[in-house]
Amino acid sequence: MAPPFQPTPAPEHPRDPVDARALARSPREAFWHGVVQSLPFLILIIPFAILFGVVSLEAGLDVAQVLGFSVLVLAGASQFTAVQLISDQAPTIVVILSALAVNLRMAMYSASMVPWLRGCSPGQKAWVAYALIDQTYALSIQHYERHPRLNLKQRLAYFAGTALVLCLPWMIASWLGATMGRAIPDSVPLDFAVPITFIAMIAPMLRTPAHLVACFVGIIGALLLAGLPNGLGLLIAAPVGMAAGAVTEAQMERRRARR
Amino acid sequence: MSDLMIWVIILALGLGTFLIRWSFLGALGDRELPSWVLRMLRYTPVAVLPALAAPLVVWPVATGGQPDAARMAAAMVTLAVGLVTRNVILAILGGAVTLFGLLYLL
Repeated sequence: MAPPFQPTPAPEHPRDPVDARALARSPREAFWHGVVQSLPFLILIIPFAILFGVVSLEAGLDVAQVLGFSVLVLAGASQFTAVQLISDQAPTIVVILSALAVNLRMAMYSASMVPWLRGCSPGQKAWVAYALIDQTYALSIQHYERHPRLNLKQRLAYFAGTALVLCLPWMIASWLGATMGRAIPDSVPLDFAVPITFIAMIAPMLRTPAHLVACFVGIIGALLLAGLPNGLGLLIAAPVGMAAGAVTEAQMERRRARR
Repeated sequence: MSDLMIWVIILALGLGTFLIRWSFLGALGDRELPSWVLRMLRYTPVAVLPALAAPLVVWPVATGGQPDAARMAAAMVTLAVGLVTRNVILAILGGAVTLFGLLYLL
């Protein structure tokens, strides 16, 4: 993820038809463009949300609490983390800290949106912040960087389109999962839904040696410290894994610079 | 855990997550993050999520903490499919099919 940056000056593509089309869109058209480009992500989001509802019900949450999570927190991985730790009977503070740690990456998203949304009202910024999930961020930042000369209204409208398509179904489908959950027979090994989901989310992220080191150290730490009470092992193992990844990245950079 | 505590968790997590997302947009503006902070942030998901999952794979709750071949194999297949295809849904399906299949066979 890039550190905060200045928008690059408009590239000279006088005859770039895609760029010309993007710049010619009215805010309403930009909104629909965001809607359409978000639709493929629903293949991932809807089953995930249903699973969240089902797993939460298993953990003893009621439908209102499931909706509370999906509307107020609106962050898949951290919602799964919290529910898993709740069912492990971890202390409240450990649940909150662990689930927040999963969301720390979003500070980077926030930072990299700043140069593109300069001039928005505080209210608009608050709405963007609320809906700044992995997919709305990824789609919007790609769109803004591809078309640096979009005006502020076009940028906000595109973001609103992605947010509507990606956030609302997350809420509805988790509610659906929480109401359907009772129909799932006890023989289905739902206990394993969370670890499988997490492994599946992480595997595609293991792109660099540093990511592998962070993951490996996190795992070893968690296994060695599993005897500690109250999920304390996670609170130690995770930062150690993060630091290991960061140190590896710094070393790789130094080695590259020396060459 | 009591209903009240679950709501406390939801509200704290909702507020905290919003503040993380709002941080730079709303309050910190263009301030540059020190590079070591950016580095740590980059590795939060890949460190936290596997650390949470690993004990659940090795000592599953459903078997009373006894290591279980079907669950171990399902975790490995999920990882392998995820690494090869880079596709989250395929990885989950691979893991689920392995788990169901082995639980049925064993």
